[in-house]
Amino acid sequence: MSLQSLDIVRRSATTTPPPGIRRAATGAVAKLIDTTKCIGCKACQVACMEWNDLRDEVGTNVGVYENPADLTEASWTLMRFTEYENPEGDLEWLIRKDGCMHCADPGCLKACPAPGAIVQYANGIVDFQQENCIGCGYCITGCPFDIPRISKRDHKAYKCTLCSDRVAVGREPACIKSCPTGALVFGTKEDMRQHAEERIEDLKSRGFDQAGLYDPPGVGGTHVMYVLHHADRPELYSGLPADPHISPLVGIWKGISKPIALATLALSGLAAFFHYIRVGRNEVTEQDERAAVSEMEGRHE
Amino acid sequence: MNEHPDTLIRYTANERTNHWIVALAFLLAALSGLALFHPALYWLSALFGGGPWTRILHPIIGLIMTIAFVFLAAVVWKDNRLEPRDREWLHRIKDVVNNREEQLPEVGRYNAGQKLLFFVFVVCMVGLLLSGLVIWRQYFSMYFPIGIVRFASLLHAVCAFLLIGAIILHIYAAIWVKGSLRAMTRGTVTPGWAWKHHRAWFRERTHAANPRARPD
Repeated sequence: MSLQSLDIVRRSATTTPPPGIRRAATGAVAKLIDTTKCIGCKACQVACMEWNDLRDEVGTNVGVYENPADLTEASWTLMRFTEYENPEGDLEWLIRKDGCMHCADPGCLKACPAPGAIVQYANGIVDFQQENCIGCGYCITGCPFDIPRISKRDHKAYKCTLCSDRVAVGREPACIKSCPTGALVFGTKEDMRQHAEERIEDLKSRGFDQAGLYDPPGVGGTHVMYVLHHADRPELYSGLPADPHISPLVGIWKGISKPIALATLALSGLAAFFHYIRVGRNEVTEQDERAAVSEMEGRHE
Repeated sequence: MNEHPDTLIRYTANERTNHWIVALAFLLAALSGLALFHPALYWLSALFGGGPWTRILHPIIGLIMTIAFVFLAAVVWKDNRLEPRDREWLHRIKDVVNNREEQLPEVGRYNAGQKLLFFVFVVCMVGLLLSGLVIWRQYFSMYFPIGIVRFASLLHAVCAFLLIGAIILHIYAAIWVKGSLRAMTRGTVTPGWAWKHHRAWFRERTHAANPRARPD
């Protein structure tokens, strides 16, 4: 996977530039999820399973529409259902296709300690390279959207690849292909923004004053975007974060602390060495030994 | 040895074994931890059999270190309580680093620097253990909210940084003050060493009704 013909702009735990001579000349890509058109059929979940050869364990029905209950290492996308009673007292069924948002500033990649286990392609896709994954789970710690999952079987992290293998050869992701209502669209990010604008205009004309595009700037924008009827309250959609960003704790841990800590430790080693050179060892002299012995003998008498 | 047959026992064989279990575990934990801390040190993971093995072994080594440290700390705890005379010693830190030991107040089994270092060890070990359990993804992380996991990740790094720094000081001090290493390898120090560096302890040992110093 890491050898496919896509250019890499960021590579986890790597301090030198990744290979980047070719560009995404046609622009970065994006998936647009129009929640206002989604009917919750889960065709996208099935298409994801099919293309990626994923078969999650069959769970049990606990009386909710989500199936499976949560994202797992074998379920990379999931319809989340919310029954929302609006101020007029009407029921709104808010359905959101959850999965990796492919952040422009990915918290998972920032947190990952394994070189090349997470890469970001020039087209915007953030991809896990399981062959380099060590299973530490730092990607989970870094992700603002609670997306990556670690397999209990192979202890590798998995998530939506935005079908990077399909996109690399000019095809749209599997989920897009399966959507019967056109709620899922794929193209350049610019095209998707334009398409979203038209949709939002339409929604506003139908009384959804707060309709809008979810492309959160806190993570530099995302390559999976939502059209929401209630863009002013994204949390309504099964807890979609209103202002996602990489946690400042992760920022310190994976940012400034690394060079400072390493430099300080190296300098303290150097300081010790130069103390040795300048001041030298603190040695016990023959005089000290005699003083000790005479004190011992004096007291023994 | 031959010149000064009257050696003083500073650490028993059990204490030395305990110390070196902690030390070896620390070395391995620090190397594997540094491999995961900074990309420039990721190559250290090769010492442990690669990235996944480093991830598997690091917490186990850490647990061994902290458990062994509990026994070590229990033994030396009472000699590391801070006393009024430690303040004076710390005020004269310039004399300490310049080997002007005759200017310093009498020191018991441990000097004020050793005592402070000991408490840094204790605090770091507790911090590392607690935060380490939280970020141990395979067994425990799923039981904690993400905010706690993030805080623990940072805390783990901070405690490890402090501990490694403290150990650099600890190791250098053992090289710097000649004769100290022998106390932890062979268990004994010469009377002159004890008289010079830990006079109060020297007197306590040699004046005791049943001194541990061997008479000729």
